[in-house]
Formats: sequence, structure tokens, C-alpha cells
Amino acid sequence: MGLMKRHWQRRHFVEAFMISMMRVSLFIVSAALGLILWIVVVRGLPAISWDMVTKIPEGGYYMGKGGGILNAILGSLYLASGGTFLAMIFSVPIAMYLKTYLGDSKWGHYVRLSLDVLWGIPSIVYGAFGFTLMIALGIRSSLLAGIIILALIELPIMTRAMDEVIRRMPVDLEHAALALGSTKFEVALRVVTRQMLPGITTAILLGFGRGIGDAASVLFTAGYTDRIPTSLMRPTASLPLAVFFQLGSPYPEVQQRGYAAALILTIIVLAVSLGSRWLSARLNKYTIK
Amino acid sequence: MDAHIQVKNLNVYYGKQQALKNVNIEIPKNQITVIMGPSGCGKTTLLKSLNRFLELTDGTQITGEVLVDGQNIYAHEVDVTEVRKVVGLLAQRPSPLPMSIYDNVVYGMNIHRMKKDRKEYKAAVRHYLEIAGLWDEVYKRLHDPATSLSIGQQQRLCLARGLAVEPEIILGDEPTSALDPISSQNIESRLIELKKQYTTVIVTHTLRQAKRLADYVIYMYLGEVIEAGSAREVFNNPQHERTRAYLEGQI
Repeated sequence: MGLMKRHWQRRHFVEAFMISMMRVSLFIVSAALGLILWIVVVRGLPAISWDMVTKIPEGGYYMGKGGGILNAILGSLYLASGGTFLAMIFSVPIAMYLKTYLGDSKWGHYVRLSLDVLWGIPSIVYGAFGFTLMIALGIRSSLLAGIIILALIELPIMTRAMDEVIRRMPVDLEHAALALGSTKFEVALRVVTRQMLPGITTAILLGFGRGIGDAASVLFTAGYTDRIPTSLMRPTASLPLAVFFQLGSPYPEVQQRGYAAALILTIIVLAVSLGSRWLSARLNKYTIK
Repeated sequence: MDAHIQVKNLNVYYGKQQALKNVNIEIPKNQITVIMGPSGCGKTTLLKSLNRFLELTDGTQITGEVLVDGQNIYAHEVDVTEVRKVVGLLAQRPSPLPMSIYDNVVYGMNIHRMKKDRKEYKAAVRHYLEIAGLWDEVYKRLHDPATSLSIGQQQRLCLARGLAVEPEIILGDEPTSALDPISSQNIESRLIELKKQYTTVIVTHTLRQAKRLADYVIYMYLGEVIEAGSAREVFNNPQHERTRAYLEGQI
């Protein structure tokens, strides 16, 4: 039975070393995430009150007096949902077109490359671009401008995420539909979207997450106000900027409200993410594995 | 012979490699034609030329003609979706669409707008599931996902789905190779029942299956048709040395 005994060879050490490296990386990442959540909760939770989520800032709010950040909560929800919706309207067809008609062709490659480049552009650059455009067109900062710029930021993320998902579409499934006499468009619309719905949901969620968390671009384009926007042409507050402005305050209670705003933002992202995961699990029922 | 399909001077190239060399055959109406031959001889390529599936692979070049009822399906004015409606395909592995059992059967009828209302669709779903011998097993759970069926049931669902678009020709690309023996037998007996109404072309690499099913046989080797004829003639008295060798198990 000597053959069965483990002889500690170099390759066994290599494996043990690699496993420990993976564990260390995993630990560092989880610790960082845990620490972020911890700080936000510990510093933000005491400042959270009913007023905080139901009222707009009252006079002297930024010096520690009463009111809340409903303006920023609603502003962020409007901005991110609007931007995500707008980006979705464009990215679903682009992703479908990429898959169905461009495939792995030269043009497909160029489109993917430009989307990847757009993905990498910092949001402050988008903000500056939007700002320049708005000045040229004579538009003031507004909810609409914020939505458009967020849609631009989300578009490449969403499209590429969808593209990667849709590319994994089993080719047998497509052929099955084609063999019944489907056009490529019918395959895309009736089969690919159904099969890939969970993945498409995830892609939309990625876009939403990026949109709602973005501060730099909305700073230039949507502005900031203590009022809840009543039309698309009015400026609007947003949570990331609420965090930014309040943390910059010299008053400790205002700083604490900054952490509370960050906590609210985190909770919104978490809720949207859990909600869409639940939804996509239900949509998953008919998916071919 | 009453030929339903005529293949004339068909050459197929994948890139620079020639997969079919000047194929000329006729496929009889309402019979089962079996295409046999060793791996890589072009069986599947020939089969896929009949529903224009070859053009789904990039870099494929096709010359020659495939006539179905005298109409060249490669002619410029021919709509490929109509070709595939007339020429159905049963694939090697069943691949149900990501929807319910019911919707799988409805799918093809729906895209071709073949039925008027729900009642007609319902009746058609039942009709085709019965033909495929699946109705009794699924009528209580028509709205379950198609993937909840066993592989053998899935293949019969694919048969029902294919028949629902009212094809004239059924192609089978080794349609039982992924199935267990009992499911295979089930599919084989369906095909034999159906041949009265449909022209059937099957690719197989099992000689025994060929003998069970075939009315007409095409034997291929290295992209060429070596021999084609009625099953009785080819199996009992092959004209060509290569066919004889294959039948005797030397290839």
C-alpha cells in the first residue's frame, strides 16, 4: 500500500500555497466590505430618524437644525430610475443587434471596443461633458440633464454586461428555433430574451447601482437643491451629493447625518438588488440550464 | 420513383475543405431514407443542406441545387424561413425552448400565424402531442417548464413541436443517439408511423437502426455518395465494394 501514501512533493506545496493565497485575498476583500458597512452603520444609524426620510431640509439644517433628506432620496431614485430606464431602452436593442447580426465580426469587435472604452471613462468627465453641452445649448442643471448623463454612464455597462450574458446563449437553442422557420429577429425576441432574462436583469441592476451611486456627473448636470423636483426641468438633489456636502460640514451632527445618508443609499441599493434577484429567480423557471 | 427531393451537383466547402463532392441523389416521397457512412463522411452536411442549415456556419460555400417538389430551395427568391417550415428538423439532442410544454408546441404555429384563436391552438397542441405519443404523459402539466421532462420525452416534444408547423419533410440528425434504448425505440416507431404522411430523411451511424428504419438508403464515404437505392437492394446486394465492406463492419 506504499503507493497510496502521500509523498509531499513540490506540486503539493504549490497547491497548498495557492489555496492560502486565495483565502487571504478573500479575507481582505470581505474584511474591507465588512468594515465599510460597519462604519456606515455605526456612525449613521444613530442619526437616522423618521424625520430624516420624510422631510426636506428645514432652515439651518446644515448647521444641525431640523429636517431630513427626502429631497435627496427622491432625487436619487428619480435620477437613477430615469437613467436606468433610458439606458435600458437603448442597451437591450444594441446588445441584441450585437449578438444577432454583428456576432464576432469586425464591426462587432469595434462596437464592443468602443463600449469598453466608454465604460472606462471617469464619471467626472461625463459630468464635464454634460456641463459643456448644457452651456452650449443654454440649459440649466435639471433632473432631465442628470437622467441623460446617468443614462450615458450606464449604457456601456449595461450593454456589455448583457452582451456577455447573451453570448453564452446555447447555440442549440437558437438552431432549434431557426429550424422551425423563425427569423433571426424572432429568435432574438422570443427565445434569447426569455432564456437570458435573469442575466439581462442583472445587467440592468449593475447599471442602476452605478447610476445611483454616482456623484461627480450629477454634480454638474442635476445640481443640488433642498426642494423635491416638481418637473424634469428643475434641478434635483441626490444621495451621493448629500453624503458629500454633509460630511464636509464642520458640525459633528451634520457629519453624522452624512453617514446616515450613506446608510440609506446602501439600503436602497441592497433592496433593489435583492428585489431583482428574487424577480429573476422567478423568471428563471423556464430557462434552459 | 416519386422523388420528393432532388439534389443536383451539390458541392459544399467549409473554408477550403470540401465536405460534399458533386452529390446527385433523389429522395423518395413518403418513405424513410437513411443516410449512412463512417464518421466525417458528410452525412450531416448532406442532411443540413436540405433545410439550409449549412449557411449558419461562417465560411460555408455551397454550389448546386436542392429541389423540393421541383423548386430549388437555394434560389434567390426563396424565403429561408418557408424552406424550414416545409423541411422540419429533429436534432441530435432535444433542445426544448425556454418556455412551457404547451408554448413549445405553440411556438412554431404562432410565428407562422397558423391558427386563429386559443381554441384552435389548444386543439392543435393536443393533436400533435398525441401524434408524438406524449399527450398521456403531459396533459396534466402542460404549463410546466419543458425542461421538467426526461430527455426521451423532450425529444418527443421536439417532434410534436416540429410537426405542428405542418412540414412535408422531416429530417433527423441521429435523433436517437442521446436517448436511452426505450426512448429510442419510441422515437423509431413514431417515425415509422409518420412516414405515410411525411418524407423522412435520417442520418444514423448505427447499422441496425438503419436496417430497422430504411426504405431507401444512401451510403456515403469521404464526401461522396457511393451508393443509393432501395433498402432491400443495398442491404442484400450492395453494388459497390465500399458499401459491402461497411455493411460487413470493416469500416
